[in-house]
Amino acid sequence: MRGRINAGLVIGGVLVGLVVLLALLSFGWTPRDPVLVDAAAKLHEPGGGYLLGADKFGRDTFSQLMVGARTTLYVGVVAVGIAAIIGTPLGIIAGMTSGRLGWLSELIMRVNDLVFAFPALLLAIMLGAVYGAGTLTAMIAIGVATVPAFARVSRAATMQVMVTDYVLAARAAGRRRTAVALRHVLPNISSVLIVQASVSFAIAILAEAALSFLGFGTRPPIPSWGRMLQESQELLFSTPRLALWPGLAIALAVLGFNLLGDGLRDYLDPKLRRIRAER
Amino acid sequence: MILYLLRRLAVFVLSTAVAGVLVFAFMAVLPGDPAEVALGVNATPEAVAALREQFGTDRPAITQFFDWFGGLVTGDFGTSYVTSSPIGPQIGDRLGVTAVLVLGGMLIALIIAVPAGTFAAVHHRNPLGAVISAFSQVGIAVPAFLAGILLVFVFAVQAQVLPSGGYVPIADDPVEWLRGLLLPWLSLGLVQGAVLTRYVRSAVLDVMREDYLRTARAKGRGRMGALWRHGLRNASIPVITVLGLQLATLLIGAVVVERVFVIPGLGDLLLNGVAGRDLLLVQCVVMVLVVAVLLINLLVDLAYAALDPRLRGAR
Repeated sequence: MRGRINAGLVIGGVLVGLVVLLALLSFGWTPRDPVLVDAAAKLHEPGGGYLLGADKFGRDTFSQLMVGARTTLYVGVVAVGIAAIIGTPLGIIAGMTSGRLGWLSELIMRVNDLVFAFPALLLAIMLGAVYGAGTLTAMIAIGVATVPAFARVSRAATMQVMVTDYVLAARAAGRRRTAVALRHVLPNISSVLIVQASVSFAIAILAEAALSFLGFGTRPPIPSWGRMLQESQELLFSTPRLALWPGLAIALAVLGFNLLGDGLRDYLDPKLRRIRAER
Repeated sequence: MILYLLRRLAVFVLSTAVAGVLVFAFMAVLPGDPAEVALGVNATPEAVAALREQFGTDRPAITQFFDWFGGLVTGDFGTSYVTSSPIGPQIGDRLGVTAVLVLGGMLIALIIAVPAGTFAAVHHRNPLGAVISAFSQVGIAVPAFLAGILLVFVFAVQAQVLPSGGYVPIADDPVEWLRGLLLPWLSLGLVQGAVLTRYVRSAVLDVMREDYLRTARAKGRGRMGALWRHGLRNASIPVITVLGLQLATLLIGAVVVERVFVIPGLGDLLLNGVAGRDLLLVQCVVMVLVVAVLLINLLVDLAYAALDPRLRGAR
C-alpha cells in the first residue's frame, strides 16, 4: 500500500535533485576553475563572469559551491553506506534472535549503546589526531557513528516483520534463518531503511560541514561548504555574502534530505510510520 | 526500584570502563614514542630512555592503562607530555565554561520549545500551528555554528550591540560575561529549540488523544487546564528522552560553537590538543566528553523511572 505524494516529498526531492545536479554538472563543467587563485579577482563583486562573486583568493564562489556539493554527497554516500552495511545486518540479527539466543541480541544492542556515546565529531577528531584529518577519516567517523541508528531502526522493523504470518509460515516450512532474513525480512524493512538513509544523509551533511569548519574534514584546496564558511568568518564584517552562500547551501541540502526522508516515510509505507528514523 | 537503580548503575560503570579501554587502545596504536617526539631528532638514546621512564611509557600497556584509568577515577589526569603541565586543572576550568554554555543553550531551547510545541499541537488544525512546524523544520537544517555566524552578522556586525566573540570570566565582569555568552547560547538554543519543538508537539498531540484527557475536558476543565493538570507529566516522558539525546548533541555542538566565538571551553582545549599533538590531553578530554554522554544517558533513564513507575520493571 502506498501513500499519496506529499508536499514534503516534492520539495525534498527538488532540493536533493538540485544538489545532485550541481554535483554531477561539476564533473564536466564549472563556470570557472574552482581552485584557481587569482589576485586580480580578489573579492570580485557578483557579476561580470562571477555569478556569486569571488573570495579573498579570487576563487569563484559559484564554482566552489558546485564542487562543494560533490564533496558533500561523496562524504554522505560513503558514510551512510558504511552505517547501512554494518548497522542493518546487526539490527536484523538482534531483531531475529530471542529466547536461547537472546544474549546475542542483548550484546549487539549494548555495544550499540556504547558506540552511541562516541558522537561523529568526537570520533573524527580522534581519528584526525591519530591518522591526520581528511575526507577519509571524516567519512569513516561519520559512518561508524551512524551505525547505531541503522541497527536500532532495523531491529525495531525486523521485530515487527518477525510476527507476521508470512514469516511464521516460512519458519514453519523449515526455512533457515539466513533465508528468512534475506528473502522475507530485508525486503520488508527496506522502506524503513530508505527513510533512515535519507535522514542519516542530512546528519552526515551537518557533520561534514562542522568537521570541515573545524579543519578536520576535506583538505584544501578541494572545496567544501564547511570550510568556505570557516574562511568567510574573518570577512563577515566586510563581505558577508561569502558566508551567506555556503550557509544557504548547507541548510537547503539538509532541509532537502530531511523533507525527503519524512515524505518517503509517508509515501512508501504508511504502516511503518510508527518506526521513526533516528536523528 | 533499588534493583533497577543498581542495574542501571552497573551498566554505566561497565560502559565507562569499556569506553576507557577503547579510547586508550585507540590512542595507543599511534606510531611514535612521546619521549622521542618531545626530545626531537638529536636526542641521545639515554635521554630518551630517561624521559620514557619519567613519562611511564616504558611500562607494559596494561599497566599504563590501569594507571591512566585509575587516575581518571581519582581525578588525577596526569601530566601533558608536550606542555609538562598537569591536565586535570585545565580540564576542570574548561569543563565549567562548557557546562555553562550547554546548560544555557538547553534552557533557551526549552523556553522556545515547550510553549511553541504545545501551541502547535493545540492548534494543529489551523495555519498558525503549521507555520510553527515549518519553522522548526527549517531550524533543524541549520547547524549551530551556522546559526552562530548568522547571529554574529546580525547582532555584532549590523546592530553592533553584542561582541562577536571572546569570553570574560564572571568574576571579572558579570555583565560582559553575560553579553559574551548570549550569542553562543542563542546559537545552540535556537537550533535545539527547533528540534525539540517537533517532539513536544507530537508528544502533546499524543496526550491530547488520550481518554483521560477527554474525561478531564468532560468534567468541565478547559483545554489548557486539562493539559496542565493531566497532560504534561505524560507528555514529558518522550520529551525527556529527546532532551537527553539533545544534551549530548549540545555538548558536541558546543565544541564547534566555542570555535566560532573563541570561548575557552573543553572543545577549544581538545582542538588545541590535537593541533599541538598533545595526545594524552586529547585522550583525557575525549574520555571526559564520552563519560559526560554516558552520564546523561544514565540520568535520562533514572528520570524515566521517576516519572513513569511502569518503566521500572522493564529493560
